[in-house]
Amino acid sequence: MNNTSLIDCMTTVIARDLRIALRRRADVMTSLIFFVIAVSLFPLGIGADPVLLRTLGPGVVWVAALLACMLALARLFASDHADGTLEQLVLSPQPLSMLVLAKTAAHWLTTGLPLVIIAPVLGLQFGLDSEALLILIASLLLGTPTLSLIGGIGAALTLGLPGGGALLALLVLPLYIPVLIFGAGAVEATAAALGATAHLSILGALLLGTIVFAPWATALALKIAIE
Amino acid sequence: MSDIRWYKFSSPQTFYPLAGALAPWFGVAAALFAGYGLYISFFLAPTDFQQGEAYRIIFIHVPAAWMSMFLYLIMAGWAAIGLAWHTRLSSMMAVAIAPTGALMTFIALWTGALWGKPMWGAWWVWDARLTSELILLFLYLGFMFLHAAIDDPRRADRAAAVIAIVGAINVPIIYFSVKWWNTLHQGASVSLTRIPTMASTMLWGMLIMSIAFWLYAIAVVLIRVRCVILERERNADWVKQLGADA
Repeated sequence: MNNTSLIDCMTTVIARDLRIALRRRADVMTSLIFFVIAVSLFPLGIGADPVLLRTLGPGVVWVAALLACMLALARLFASDHADGTLEQLVLSPQPLSMLVLAKTAAHWLTTGLPLVIIAPVLGLQFGLDSEALLILIASLLLGTPTLSLIGGIGAALTLGLPGGGALLALLVLPLYIPVLIFGAGAVEATAAALGATAHLSILGALLLGTIVFAPWATALALKIAIE
Repeated sequence: MSDIRWYKFSSPQTFYPLAGALAPWFGVAAALFAGYGLYISFFLAPTDFQQGEAYRIIFIHVPAAWMSMFLYLIMAGWAAIGLAWHTRLSSMMAVAIAPTGALMTFIALWTGALWGKPMWGAWWVWDARLTSELILLFLYLGFMFLHAAIDDPRRADRAAAVIAIVGAINVPIIYFSVKWWNTLHQGASVSLTRIPTMASTMLWGMLIMSIAFWLYAIAVVLIRVRCVILERERNADWVKQLGADA
């Protein structure tokens, strides 16, 4: 046993993953650009009626953000699995669930946070007002980490499986539904002048719940995948 | 107490003949209950004053919906036991239950659509219960597909167990989130805490049909678990012996 503390290990994992992400910028950009393209497709598909777009805007942005998060999940453990780093993490004396939490945090910083930052621009395209945009940012800020944490379970379970991408979607998307409902609901409630505090509170509760349980389930799934 | 061998039937080898002996009994009982239940449903139960004859699909719809949710919990329970104690038979039970559960979910959705058309004027509405039942179907499919995607049966058992447990924790969360989101489905007509609002013959028909569905599910799961046992244990001596005897 070495005497490196848990916090040191977690910050090391986060710093390492961030450094890797910075050196492979294209990977990070891909899911962000997917998000922008997916949102831009909707007006082309359903027509450019401003009233319709304003109604659909929150849902469209949220669904696209959710899909972008899901597409990025495959990268969460794949490269570490390929080069053996993941086995070292599993073998390390630190609790795997905390290391998983660190990896998920780094993953969210490189995939979730850019979505949150770009989302208001897309919201403007759908004619959302400033208050709705603010709630959109807040709901994405609370919701996307939950998506990354839940998605980690699916990513760990499908690790190294052929055709894992579609299977990952089947496993993860049903579990994303509550986040989608309250995330898009928060913005819609603001647009309807009902106030979004209830929705945001539930999103916060979901986030806290998943921070506790999801890394544990992900760690378990990783051990099953590696042994 | 020590002479009772509690774990005797937890081994696939001893459970295989037991399942084979029990399955026909459950099957016959299911047929009898279904026959009686259908007789009540079609001939004894009165016509509903609001919904006419169309309501009679309730005798299939409600038992299927009950079983779909119940079987998911049983499946997740067996999967969790298999994950925690590495008991092979428990995981095999979970694998054997999943298709029946998915079938029940599908029947509940399908009969619900048939019922919804005359009552609500639409095959499908985005109501809380319909939506969560649909999501339940996705959870079953996720469990089955994940299990099928992993070649090593032990890893498949354990990975599928994780998703089953995560799904079981999520079912109430999904249910309530969808419920707050939208509700059109009629409230539950049967509850344990108050007097049923439906005629007692209808209630009896539904309960007897539920027992029939239950017995059917047990019979089918026992037969299916026998197949799973044979497939998994095909290299075991007792299975080879079984093949040699046959």
